[in-house]
Amino acid sequence: MLQDIAYLFHGFAVVAQPFNFVLMVVGIVLGVIVGVLPGLGGANGIAILLPLTFSMSPTSAIIMLSCIYWGALFGGAITSILFNIPGEPWSVATTFDGYPMAQKGKAGEALTAAFTSSFVGALFAVIVITLVAPLVASFALEFGPPEIFAVYFLAFCSFVGLSKEPPAKTIASMMLGFGLGAVGLDQMTGQLRLTFGFEQMLNGFDFLIAVIGLFGIGEILLTMEEGLSFRGAAAKLNMKVVLHTWKELPRYWLLSLRSCLIGCWMGISPAGATPASFMSYGIATRMSKRGHLFGTGEIEGVVAPETAAHAAGTSALLPMISLGVPGSPTAAVLLGGLLIWGLQPGPLLFTEQKDFVWGLIASMYMGNLVGLIIVLTCVPLFASILRIPFSVIAPIILVFCAIGAYTVHNNTFDVVMMVVFGVVGYLMKKTNYPLAPMVLAIVLGDKAEEAFRQGLLSSQGSLDVFWSSPLVGTIMALGLIALFWPLISRGISFVRGHEPGPMTAE
Amino acid sequence: MTDLDVEAGGAGPSHRSLEVGVAAAMAVVALIGIYGSIAVGIGWAADGPRAGFFPFYVSLIVLIASIVNMVQALLHRVDGAVFASWSQLRQVLSVLIPTIIYVALVPYAGIYVMSGILITFFMAWFGRYPWLIALAVGIAVPVLAFFTFEMWFLVPLPKGPLETMLGY
Repeated sequence: MLQDIAYLFHGFAVVAQPFNFVLMVVGIVLGVIVGVLPGLGGANGIAILLPLTFSMSPTSAIIMLSCIYWGALFGGAITSILFNIPGEPWSVATTFDGYPMAQKGKAGEALTAAFTSSFVGALFAVIVITLVAPLVASFALEFGPPEIFAVYFLAFCSFVGLSKEPPAKTIASMMLGFGLGAVGLDQMTGQLRLTFGFEQMLNGFDFLIAVIGLFGIGEILLTMEEGLSFRGAAAKLNMKVVLHTWKELPRYWLLSLRSCLIGCWMGISPAGATPASFMSYGIATRMSKRGHLFGTGEIEGVVAPETAAHAAGTSALLPMISLGVPGSPTAAVLLGGLLIWGLQPGPLLFTEQKDFVWGLIASMYMGNLVGLIIVLTCVPLFASILRIPFSVIAPIILVFCAIGAYTVHNNTFDVVMMVVFGVVGYLMKKTNYPLAPMVLAIVLGDKAEEAFRQGLLSSQGSLDVFWSSPLVGTIMALGLIALFWPLISRGISFVRGHEPGPMTAE
Repeated sequence: MTDLDVEAGGAGPSHRSLEVGVAAAMAVVALIGIYGSIAVGIGWAADGPRAGFFPFYVSLIVLIASIVNMVQALLHRVDGAVFASWSQLRQVLSVLIPTIIYVALVPYAGIYVMSGILITFFMAWFGRYPWLIALAVGIAVPVLAFFTFEMWFLVPLPKGPLETMLGY
């Protein structure tokens, strides 16, 4: 424990190196821009910029990329409050009260509350990561293939159970991801499979291409369909408003704490930031004395979803660095980055790559603090980006998506695949298939399959191996509970004799 | 652009037909996956499960889930909901078709030239900007990209005849 703190301070020293510090600021600014622009989000923004980091050291690279993530989390709030357009799915709930506040002329208060709550949520999650991740990692070092598969099983079952989309759609989308991930060379036998003689498919489908296509191109097509024209409130933020709002915020400490806990829970189980923000908003509506006023511009309605979204977005990195299981698509892209930089994600990182892990954790503290200062001071600048018409933004985003897709493998066929994934993403979004489980399945497919097959090998093909010890049995049982959670929660409320509320639906 | 927005909610393909179509497409992909897995062997070999073992069951689950989705879409009562109006779809195609042409020509003309053309065309035609402004942005972005990628980060991007002529 004490040693971990020493490592953490060493991490701060790494982050404070001038080059890394500059990367951190650049990352946050890029991240806010990515978060503000429609069609670019944390996941595909990082995927596009990933190739730029190939020549950097892994530590510098992860500092820059994770700061893009923090920036994107902050950026989503700006557009939600000022323009009523959620720049990111996790800021949808922020529009409910943020935009009415802006219309009442309280944009400054809403922005300050949003940024500050984001910071509080992130800080809480980073502290949780600092304390818990090393323990989880040292615990996970004992895991064999059955346990590793059980962890994947739990992660993917949580998707099915916690998603608000129909289970069959979540399962279809997830398994399609596993299928796409299986195309190409089989890691264990070295045999080619599912390539049908096409040379381009030898290496399978790269998930970075899928991310850029599904989230980037798909989002642009959706935005075109909605024909968005941005009309927003003016963004002014002076120190007086900030200080005034800060004086008020401590009153909502209980709300913050609850939102932090919801966020961390939802972030670690891979439900992600979006359901966390909705759930936190929903619970706040019921618990608050002013709950009936929610939706008309209550500051609590901004604090609750923003705190939870940031706590979830940050804590999604906990399973990524300690277990190698990313909690969100963005965390999955970061995990893909680790593989490209030649690091093996998983519990061994904590023992073998101390600089990297603690540099990352330290950059979470610093990045969120610097991010808070940057967004508080530069809001008008970022808001002006949205005043650029979409007919200028759209082709430029398309160009950068294409460049990003090409640079992954220096292959123009990937750019074609990106467009295919874009159309698929557009159609799937329109029909409510969740995209996150598909992306995670493409990333983790090979590893999950390897763990599954190695587990089966040790038992000569009997599925009993996944129930053979209390540890693996517990994880599998948790997975099954998560899988059938909608049924279970309906059963509980049936026994109690009242209808399941909107909370369980989210 | 704004007068098109008002028409939203007009006639268009029904949401139900799209649901059925997506589920059917997934089922077809699943069948291809099952076929491909059986081709490499889904059984048990001397060294453990064969290469097709995992993808076979994964594809099987996709197939079952797609059938469930399709049945659910078909059972859903017809409420006349459209998935998008024709005018909205025209907007989508107006960005999709230029993108497809762009992607198809990148290997031959290089990414910088094609990006410039895409941006200029899009701004002038779709955003109704004066040609001169559109052209200025269309030249500025690729030049900026060129310096960022080729010069500073040393990431080579696909180049065409123009770059060869300029000596890169």
